[in-house]
Amino acid sequence: MAAGMVVIGAGECGARAAFALRENGYDGPVTLIGAEKHLPYERPPLSKETMTSEDHPPAKTIAGEDQFAERNIRFLASTTVAGIDREAKKVAFADGNSLAYDKLLLATGALPRPLPLAAASRHCAYLRSYDDALAIRARFQPGARIVIIGGGFIGLELAASARKRGAAVTVLETQARVLMRGVPEEIAERIAERHQQEGVIIRCDIGIAAITDKANDVTISLTNAESLDADLVVIGIGAIPVTDLAEAASLETANGIIVNTHLQTSDLDIFAAGDCCAFPLALYGGRRVRLEAWRNAQEQGTLAARNMLGLSEPHLSVPWFWSDQYELGLQVAGLADEGVRTIRRDLDEGAFILFHLAADGRLVAASGIGPGNSVARDIRLAEMLVARSARPDPAHLAASDIKLKSLLAA
Amino acid sequence: MNDWIEACTADDIDEEDVMRFDHAGRTFAIYRSPDDEFFATDGLCTHEHIHLADGLVMDDIIECPKHNGRFNYKTGQAKGAPVCVNLKTYPVKVEAGKVLIQLSQ
Repeated sequence: MAAGMVVIGAGECGARAAFALRENGYDGPVTLIGAEKHLPYERPPLSKETMTSEDHPPAKTIAGEDQFAERNIRFLASTTVAGIDREAKKVAFADGNSLAYDKLLLATGALPRPLPLAAASRHCAYLRSYDDALAIRARFQPGARIVIIGGGFIGLELAASARKRGAAVTVLETQARVLMRGVPEEIAERIAERHQQEGVIIRCDIGIAAITDKANDVTISLTNAESLDADLVVIGIGAIPVTDLAEAASLETANGIIVNTHLQTSDLDIFAAGDCCAFPLALYGGRRVRLEAWRNAQEQGTLAARNMLGLSEPHLSVPWFWSDQYELGLQVAGLADEGVRTIRRDLDEGAFILFHLAADGRLVAASGIGPGNSVARDIRLAEMLVARSARPDPAHLAASDIKLKSLLAA
Repeated sequence: MNDWIEACTADDIDEEDVMRFDHAGRTFAIYRSPDDEFFATDGLCTHEHIHLADGLVMDDIIECPKHNGRFNYKTGQAKGAPVCVNLKTYPVKVEAGKVLIQLSQ
């Protein structure tokens, strides 16, 4: 009898992989192991709707107990994996039990990068889980003084949510501007302006010297000798991949679990996918990246499942992510930093798209911002052009009266 | 019941495209297929409350602008994760250049 498939990590990626095994016809045992007590849930709402909804917000469950039962997937909640025995092909649990596998998927995700200066503070929080979100939400009260360390997506989405709840918000960023990683300056500026209109104070080029708890609040001392007081500090300075199990099992890691284009680790019976893995992007000459994005988690979960079943399909997707802040929606497809030239296309209602071209004219990325989902369609079309390594005429890209769809046919 | 509602004119929508139509507190999406037929579905994705009319039409498929959930807009069939609930469809007819949808259900 087959030992079966085991998935460690029950976030978007792991949950998707477990169901994809069934969708692809696998009928042996499937076990999905989650560290949290909750059923698998979607994380994108945690910084947005979970923070702003009027009532106590439920987690947005990916799959309910009935779906696990229907698909005959064994879901183990609140379960910690202690180690992987690659020789015996077994996963060992903290309670001493073990579970054999034919193929194993590590979908262990990432955790917030800790700020050492905050280690002793009772007034500092990080956002990763639904429980984290509820704890932060409870502190987003009208008039509360919220300091957010880190002007990345988590920090800025939380800033927007805290403002909606009526809190006073300051964002501190060590770099010269917000969203330094992966977002072009023109778009980052537009977002920063929108926050400033809402009364958010954004301070860039500023370091933290100390974080000191007082009786009921906390003082943040800055490197320029200023200080500010807050009721709550939320730290969003990036994430680190969860690689401890992989490392203990002597799998190759380097800013993530190293996988090949089929998402196999250095042990070919063990796969890794989602936030925890560093994988080669074929479109960008095999450049190794690690993505912390919902769609990547979902796509890689599906692909890993197919390859666990022996389909040997390469990863070909174009990276894609979005962020919502106030009424603004941002989307990026591809790696904008691969571009050397930028072409702007203006859309209605102040929305615009930036096309990023490589030196040889290849479209390598597109980024856009506008109200709601106004940039979604063009970003999706750009993504298809990126996937084809198309070299569109820059004049056509800039001309908003020329439909992007017509360039796909070229 | 025979309540056909005028949603738009045929010229309002390009081939292989979609537009939003709001009526009586509800929102719909009206499609024109590459072979020049018209279709109508509920306007919001069944995964989250996202207007499908901001999405991309390719052949028979409408793709949600946010999470790439895909539906066949002719049948309403959900095409896989993250969407698993089908989209409701409505009868459509074109008369004298006007696109009418039937909302009797």
